[in-house]
Amino acid sequence: MAVAAATTATGFDCRKAWAETLESLAAADERIVVVVNDSVGSSNLGGFQEKFPRRTVNVGIAEQNMVGVAAGLANGGRIPFVSAASCFLTARALEQIKADVAYAGFNVKLVGQSSGIAYGELGATHHSIEDFAWLRALGPITVIAPCDAWETAEAVKWAAAHEGPVYLRLSRMKVPTLDLPDRSFTPGKAELQRAGTDVTIIANGTTVHLAIEAAETLAAEGISARVLNMHTITPLDTDAVISAARETGAIVTVEEALDRGGLGGAVAECTSATHPVPVQRVGFPGFMPTGSIASLFEEFGLSREGIAGAARIAIRRKGA
Amino acid sequence: MPHALKTDNSDAVIRAKALWMRQQAMKMVYAKQLGHLGGDFSAIDVLATLYFGVLRYDPSRPDWADRDRFVMSKGHATGALYTALCAAGYFPQDWLDTYMGHHSKLNGHPNRQYLPGVETNTGPLGHGFPVALGIAIAGQISKADYRTYVLTGDGEQQEGSNWEAAMTAGHRKVKNLTLIIDRNRLQQGARTEDTAGLDPLDDKYRAFGWHVVEIDGHDYGQLLETLGAPVGEREKPLCVIAKTVKGKGVSFMEDQAKWHHGVPNAEQFAQAMKELV
Repeated sequence: MAVAAATTATGFDCRKAWAETLESLAAADERIVVVVNDSVGSSNLGGFQEKFPRRTVNVGIAEQNMVGVAAGLANGGRIPFVSAASCFLTARALEQIKADVAYAGFNVKLVGQSSGIAYGELGATHHSIEDFAWLRALGPITVIAPCDAWETAEAVKWAAAHEGPVYLRLSRMKVPTLDLPDRSFTPGKAELQRAGTDVTIIANGTTVHLAIEAAETLAAEGISARVLNMHTITPLDTDAVISAARETGAIVTVEEALDRGGLGGAVAECTSATHPVPVQRVGFPGFMPTGSIASLFEEFGLSREGIAGAARIAIRRKGA
Repeated sequence: MPHALKTDNSDAVIRAKALWMRQQAMKMVYAKQLGHLGGDFSAIDVLATLYFGVLRYDPSRPDWADRDRFVMSKGHATGALYTALCAAGYFPQDWLDTYMGHHSKLNGHPNRQYLPGVETNTGPLGHGFPVALGIAIAGQISKADYRTYVLTGDGEQQEGSNWEAAMTAGHRKVKNLTLIIDRNRLQQGARTEDTAGLDPLDDKYRAFGWHVVEIDGHDYGQLLETLGAPVGEREKPLCVIAKTVKGKGVSFMEDQAKWHHGVPNAEQFAQAMKELV
């Protein structure tokens, strides 16, 4: 099946890029610390801990404390990277993220590991598909979901240099590194992956390479699909969305997340207020059943054929 | 110049400042008909002692990296915090008149981006303690000599996040952190021990790896001695259980749960101001 590209061993686990980049940044900037909830191993931070034991703050399995402590570390002049499974980081500590980080405006970097349905078989408690909706509601936080190892490294570098709260949504899912010449990463600015005129597929994170595959399928049918990598949800690149609406007249959004309140929600809010066009949202409808990543992606349309099908529907709805 | 270092005259200075803070808090809450006087008045003597006998700070440089930090975790007690910050010189007295007004910097709960001297935003209970812990850990990592103090309500101790922080602080021996528990034995609706009992609070903190001291939270001598003690002499974080009286200083408000967020009418205001001398 075409979906296999998402999950086979042919790609890269972005945690390697995350950890190597952070270690390199921390070697140059002693303000950088990590705050973890017994998540050194799952965050691939064993090397960081070995190199910078004083700057590794492991609070134990205590997410509320973890985020509060990070805010305090920022008060004390540090640049804390909180790294934990995104399901626990964003859900268990949501009020701390709201009050201590977003509202208080501390320079805290929240790094959600193994996001989406990376823990597929472990079930809905361990899935993190609501995080986009929750974090989007907390406007001061920049929300970024990198699509590959290169972009992960760029996002970590940017977050360290940026003064203000950031949520980086990472995955352990293996994804290919996208092959584009002269790439540059600018938060809040969508990356054009492929030009097109009939429909625009807007994806982020682990689904960008699937959107590109879907565009290839559509091209074989004579449909010209634009593909945008919308790595940043907050702030949204509204110019790119409005141009897509005006120039292609139909949009498909794709995210490894709830189909409400995240990327699809943001795009729909934007187009409905500016240039209404059909928007088909590909994502998950709610609590997910148990299953492998591959089988769940396939069932819920996060696949070459699923995304192409959504594009055909969006195009059919034009002018309806 | 850094403020608040202890002098021979500290006791009298603190007493005068605490009286002024109670008077101002009473005026603010009466004028706005909103506030939390009961918890303000149980904590005011602790805050007056910190700001006029213990803390190292400079109101002209609220971001001074080496300042001692005070985190007001029971964020609803703004009558205590705002009058302390005003008395300490962080902002002019006329700002107090804007308390809880439209777009006021004196929000119903403190906001560090509105008001200099506020270390973190609080209001929801159980937030200030973990943040203060993080500040203290930052000091340990940097080998800085600033001290961090956090005050929580006693009812607030029912929030689980406090116990996460207590465990981490005890485990890491965060000795530059002092937790002060405003033990007035009343929470919003009833007595703490009739709601979700906290006793024995001292043994709980000892079991979590803390040095625990119980003092009279309205006795300036005990407060100065305990809160001003040098960090170097201990190897554990310090928990100060300050035995206090909710509504302390106004006869009809003392030890009454209804004065958690009760507000005085004209007659009560006049009576209270007569007593606050």
